[in-house]
This record gives sequence, structure tokens and C-alpha cells, in this order.
Amino acid sequence: MQGGVVIRVGSGGGSESGSMSTVSREDNMVVSSEDSSYPDESELELGLGLSLGGGFKIQQVSRGGQYARILTAKDFPSVVSADASSSPSPSSSSSSSSSSLSRANVTAGTKRSADSVAAANGSSQVVGWPPIRAYRMNSMVNQAKAVATEGFKSTMENHKNETSMLEKRTIGSYQNSGNSKLRKSLFVKVNMDGIPIGRKVDLNAHESYEKLAKTLEDMFLKNTTSVNPVGSRVREHEVARPSKLLDGSSDFVLTYEDKEGDWMLVGDVPWEMFVSSVKRLRIMRTSEATGLAPRLQERNQRQRSKPI
Amino acid sequence: MESSEVNMSRDSSELDESARGSSSPDLALERVLSLLKSHRDRSSVSLVCKDWYNAERWSRTHVFIGNCYSVSPEIVARRFPKIRSVTLKGKPRFSDFNLVPQNWGADIHPWLVVFAAKYPFLEELRLKRMTISDESLEFLAVSFPNFKALSLLSCDGFSTDGLAIIATHCKNLTELDIQENGIDDKGGSWLSCFPESFTSLEALNFANLTSDINFDALERLVGRCKSMRVLKVNRSISLEQLQRLLVNALQLAELGTGSFSQELTFRQYEELESTLSSSKNIHTLSGLWEAKGLHLPALYPVCTHLTFLSLSYAPLQSGELAKLLAHCPQLRRLWVLDTVEDEGLEAVGSSCPLLEELRVFPADPFDEDIIHGVTEAGFVAVSYGCPRLHYVLYFCRQMTNAAVATIVQNCPDFTHFRLCIMDPGQPDYLTNEPMDEAFGAVVKTCTKLQRLSVSGLLTDLTFEYIGRYAKNLETLSVAFAGSSDWGMQCVLTGCPKLRKLEIRDCPFGNAALLSGLDKYESMRSLWMSACHVTMDGCRQLAREMPRLNVEVMKEDGSDDSEADKVYVYRSIAGPRRDAPPFVLTL
Repeated sequence: MQGGVVIRVGSGGGSESGSMSTVSREDNMVVSSEDSSYPDESELELGLGLSLGGGFKIQQVSRGGQYARILTAKDFPSVVSADASSSPSPSSSSSSSSSSLSRANVTAGTKRSADSVAAANGSSQVVGWPPIRAYRMNSMVNQAKAVATEGFKSTMENHKNETSMLEKRTIGSYQNSGNSKLRKSLFVKVNMDGIPIGRKVDLNAHESYEKLAKTLEDMFLKNTTSVNPVGSRVREHEVARPSKLLDGSSDFVLTYEDKEGDWMLVGDVPWEMFVSSVKRLRIMRTSEATGLAPRLQERNQRQRSKPI
Repeated sequence: MESSEVNMSRDSSELDESARGSSSPDLALERVLSLLKSHRDRSSVSLVCKDWYNAERWSRTHVFIGNCYSVSPEIVARRFPKIRSVTLKGKPRFSDFNLVPQNWGADIHPWLVVFAAKYPFLEELRLKRMTISDESLEFLAVSFPNFKALSLLSCDGFSTDGLAIIATHCKNLTELDIQENGIDDKGGSWLSCFPESFTSLEALNFANLTSDINFDALERLVGRCKSMRVLKVNRSISLEQLQRLLVNALQLAELGTGSFSQELTFRQYEELESTLSSSKNIHTLSGLWEAKGLHLPALYPVCTHLTFLSLSYAPLQSGELAKLLAHCPQLRRLWVLDTVEDEGLEAVGSSCPLLEELRVFPADPFDEDIIHGVTEAGFVAVSYGCPRLHYVLYFCRQMTNAAVATIVQNCPDFTHFRLCIMDPGQPDYLTNEPMDEAFGAVVKTCTKLQRLSVSGLLTDLTFEYIGRYAKNLETLSVAFAGSSDWGMQCVLTGCPKLRKLEIRDCPFGNAALLSGLDKYESMRSLWMSACHVTMDGCRQLAREMPRLNVEVMKEDGSDDSEADKVYVYRSIAGPRRDAPPFVLTL
């Protein structure tokens, strides 16, 4: 079995997440080993295979954790391979510690050492896992990665007309001999404080802040349908609701991280400029968003004075 | 589809092409047997007696060879003189996932050389996981004047130049099906090579090529091929262009669209909708790259008759899928991405009661810090709504034993159950127990099970269950599972119909390998990689079973005694003569 990535998230931004800049640095892909001394709260653990010889048992996963902490490179040895390019993580493979690997519980009994990176996208993987044909992987996997990484994006532009591996991997960046304009997808990640599961949203599918905010509110602020095995019906009806994320009337504000790594309030710059500089989004508790922008503080003032 | 490999071993040395049998009953028998299409039936027939064997071999026009190294082209040609159609499979399946090094083999060329001499009237060639070069494609194009159908799936070694040669020279071509190959896409000019006089094409699939093609050439081609029933274009074709193609091809039965996300004017949208309404024969729909909810309603008229819908390249959200499926009551097969999430699968359960096959692919299998996709809940929801479900391929990140038990209770007719919990060795996420009981439930309940792929944290108990209950199992895929040799032994001694066993990263060693001595000759192949098998174990197997090819692929830097990748298969052609240096035949 190979090592995996364990990301722990949970409700409550809390003190763990620290300042904005710390958050962005902490959002790394790292390896965990089985018996590291994590606190024993119930927490959501999500694992991914990594190309490690030592494996470990994925620990119990439960929903609705109680605290939020994104593990950093300091917590475990990193085994990001040399090919990893899309992650912004600064962690390097040189810090991997063999003791951690040997502690790992090799439940599958394999004694293989780290495999080479899978073809698809350059981050650490077990070769050939999950079992998806290379063609499909190349088609789908890099759709979102392409926008997350600046370098990748510019490479896409340069190689648009070549049948290089990069060009083959990208979706949506292709020429069309017809007259109509084709729109690329631009997926960015969106996290909301207190919700363990993040989402992705296609910015190019929205032409304005209002539309984006509406989509995000639908994604995060509406009630989700629970599985009703007998005669379940899908709720198609969506309640029209004025946008709360942008006007400061909600407990949350919409923020984004730009290419320089700074966290900004969404809505301050023209839409096109926003789209070209955004790396990811975060729906942040208003109470935490102090120091983000002067306007935000104003909004906080206004909000506090409103009846709840 | 069963190959005739077993039969071939019996009389290969006794064949004499001219000894056809003299009496007329043979001709009558041949006439009757020529109506038999099933390979299993033909295999059975050929075993009855010598006369029937001869009658069968003279009446057969299609041969299926599941492992190209199990037999040689000369042997095939000697036994079957009248072949018009050949299906060949080459590399082990795990080569799809980069587990087999480049240049491993499975080159079609030696076969083509023999076929050119023995089957000059060859019409069809369908290849899976073979290597085919542009030179071979050229050889094919000029050697077989009657050539009609070429289908390449998961093949490599060729480029669009080879396609250009096929288009130029194959005057009788009816089918060109290029799927998910490692093709060197040098451009789209190959499509313009079909002569203006060429009108016979019935099936054209270039969906997985990336380059732009000349749309005018395609439009003219589709316009003049009045018998075309399958058209699957690539992403470079826009919605507007699609409409122009369809307007001249209302007889199409299978349609693969191009990109589905163009910004259309209202008039263009109406035209598209109207054309699709007139396409009353379409029962299979695919492509739909970047389909946006906005344009999907144009498909509603087509959806009414749809039996197979592939959205595996369209990252739809749950609501978009639900709206679409509400118009697809006849659906039998559905392929989706896990972007539709559990809610989307609930819609599947409620809208598609006739569903027989579901495949859920991960949109972002290496998603690093955001987990979405489907869970056990979605699968359970489908099982409640679709009792006829018998084929599933499901990629998820969490599963429970209880959910699987419920699923198979609702759908006991599974023939193909391929569950991939994407994190290797992950237990039941609620109970933290192994997933043994899940697969135990599958094999106990689904007595018709032919194909099983297991995942999650599994002990030997899973394999005990499989060996004890899976009496119809033919194909088993195992990864990161098991506790000891005992697990694999249970399978090898227990599953009477096992034909293909592929194992990676499991703690099975020589004892397990050797416990299958009696089994391997009745199987097509065994693959074991990253297990505990050693070279000595493989040598022993090779010694004791001379009619098996025992091949080991060595990797650089590994221990000399370890057998990193082991591929064992029966063969009447003897050891490979074209093996590359890294393949050792023991």
C-alpha cells in the first residue's frame, strides 16, 4: 500500500487557521503516516494515494469534524515527487523521512519502493491508480489544474497549436474553424468556512459578480437534499434570493486569493480583471475577515449595528 | 466472447488444408454451421468429431483471439482458411494504466503479413491493446482490396498519417473507429483524404482525436455517405457545425457530438433543436464535451428514444443531469462523471427504471484537497430505482459494507461489478472494518457474476468468499488487497470459470502462484505485479507447466530475485520470439 494525503478539515475556522497568509502556505499536499500523533477528535479525513512504498491505513472518516486544521509540511515528511508542478506547495522530497515510512502499516504487504509519477498531471501518485485509461486521465484531470497554475496556463497558450502532451491534456483550449467563439472553462476551488467539503466553480460560466455569488449561494447556503431511497425526487426548484455574499448582509463574505498570494475581497475590481488574477475563492466568516480590506471593516460596522 | 484457443491445441499438428472431407454431408453441415456466430458454440461444435471440426473450420468467417501470443498467425491461417474478420487483443489490461513498459510487443505486423497471403479478402480488423505502425496501416490499405472495417481501441504506435493512408486507399471502407488510442495526432488533414467518389462509410468515430479537421471535407463526406449510421466527431466540431452535419444525416443511429458549449444565437439554437427533433433514429449519444445546462434542452427530443447516453466527458452538475434524465425514460446505459454527485444519481434512480449499465468516472481523481464526487449514497439510490442494473463501474472515495449489501439486494442480477474506492486500502468509513463483507454480499447474492473488481481494505476473507461463491466468475481484478497467500489460493482453487486474473500490489507470493498449477491452462492469463513472487517461484512454475508462457518483466534497480511483473498465459505458439530485452521468458 502506498502513502496518502490526509487533509483534515472541520467546522470552525478557529485559531488554527491563523492569518490569511498562513492559510495559503498551509494549503499543501503532504503525506501523513499512520501513527502520527494527531488529536483524537472526530474529524473528516480524506485520503489519496501517493507514490510511497510504505502504506498506511486510512483512519476512520467521519463527517462533521469539530475543528479545522490544514496539515502542513512540518507535520509529516513530504514525498512530493520531482515532477509535481501544479501544487503551490514549497515542500520538497528531500525532507522525506524514512522512519515515517517504515512505521507505516503495510497492510497490502507490498514492498515496493516509491513508484514513478503517473502520467497524468505531475503530482505524486501511485502508477496506474486509480485505474483509468491514460487517454481519459489526460482529458479530464488537467481541466482545473490548468487554471490553478500560472506556468501551466502560459504554456497552454504557447503550445496551443502543437500536438504536444500538454496540448493534448488541456480541455477547452483548442481552436475552432467555425465562426463562433468557444469559451474555455476556468474552474477554481471554493471553500466555505465551516463546511468540510469544498467545491469548484467555473468562472467563465458566469459573466458577473452577481451571477457568481448566486451560484455560490446555491452551492453552499441552500439546504441539500438527503438521500431518500424510496421515491426520492430531485428538487429542481430553486428559490430566488438576493445575493447576500456581496452586499455585506450575510455572516459571510466572499474573498479570493490572487496570483500574488494575497487575499482580497471579491468585487473591488472589474470582473475581467478579477477572473484573470483569481486563484481560488473562500467564503469567509465576516468576523474573521478583519484586515482584509478597509471596506470590509466598514461592512462589519454596518452589520453589527443591524438587528440579527 | 470465448476464443478458440483451447481447441487449437488439439489438432494443430494434424491439419491439412486439402483434407477437407469428401462427402456432401460436410457441405450441408458447413452451410448450417455458417449460421453459427457465437464463438462458444463454434468451439463446442468443433469438439464433436473430426468431420464437425472440419466443417466448422471451413465455415467460419470470424476469429476472435483474446491473447495475440496464445497462438501464431500461421496456426490460425492453417486451421481457418476462410476468415474475413479478425478481432485481436494484445497487451495485458494493466497496460492501460501504464504498468507495461513501452515496446512490450503485440505488434500487428506479423499477423498482417500472414493475412495478406492467406486472407486476401479480409474485410474487418478489430484491435485492442495492439501496437500498429503507420507502415502497418499502409500495408493493410494496399494488401486487402475488400477491406471494410477498422477498429482500434487502446492501441498505439500510429499517427494520423496512417489514417490518411487508410482514407486514401480503402475504397470499400464502411467503418473507421478510432477510440482512446495512443495516437500521434499530427493534424486533421487525414479526413480530407477520403476521395470525393467515396460513399460507403457507415461508421466514423474520431471522437478522441484532438486536432481540427477540415469541416467542409467532413460535411461533404457525411453528405454523400447516405448509409452512415454512426458518426462521432471530436471536440473541434462546434454546435453550429454539428447542426449542419446532422441536417444531412437524419438517418444516424449513433451520434457523438463535438463541443457542446458554443454561444449560439437564438436562431442557431432553434435550428439545432429542430434538426435534433428530426433525428428520430438516434439511440446512442456521446461526446458532449463541456456541455452546459443552457444547451442541453436542445437534446430533449433525442432523449426520448435514447438507450445509451455517455456523459463521461461532460462535467455536469446534479441539477443539469436531473433535468436531462427526466427526458430519457428508455435509457439502458449511462456513463457519467462524478460531478453529478449523489444528487445526480438519485435522479438516475428516479428517471431511468430500465437502466442496465451505469459507469461513474471521477472527474478529478487526483483532487488534492477538495473531495466531492459520489459516495455510497448515490449508488444505493440508483439501486433502488434501477432493479435491472447488471453492469456497474463506480469510482468513489468512500463506501460501506452495509451500502453494498443493500445494493446487491436491490439488484441481484449483477454480471459486472467493478467498484473502485479510490484510496487504496480504505476501510468501511463508518465502521472502520475491512470491506470483506461488501464483496461477500456481492458474490453470495449475484450468482450470475462474471466480472469483479475489488477495492478498499480487504483481508483474505474476501477471497474466501469469492472462491466459495463466485461460481460464474471469469475475470477478477485485485489491487492493494489480501493478507496472505491463502487469499489467492482460495480464488484459484475455487472459481471454476476463472479466465483472467490480474493482481497488483498484494501480499501473494510463490505459494499462491504455484497453487494455480492446475488452473492456468484453463485460463487466458494471469498478471501479478508488485507482489511477493520471486524469480525462483516463476521458474518453478515454468518448469512444471511447459505449455504456459511465464514471462517476467524486470525493472531497473530492483532486486534480482524479485519478479516485479509476472505475466502467465497459455499458448500453443511457444515462447515469444519478439520479446524485448526486459521481458524474460522462463
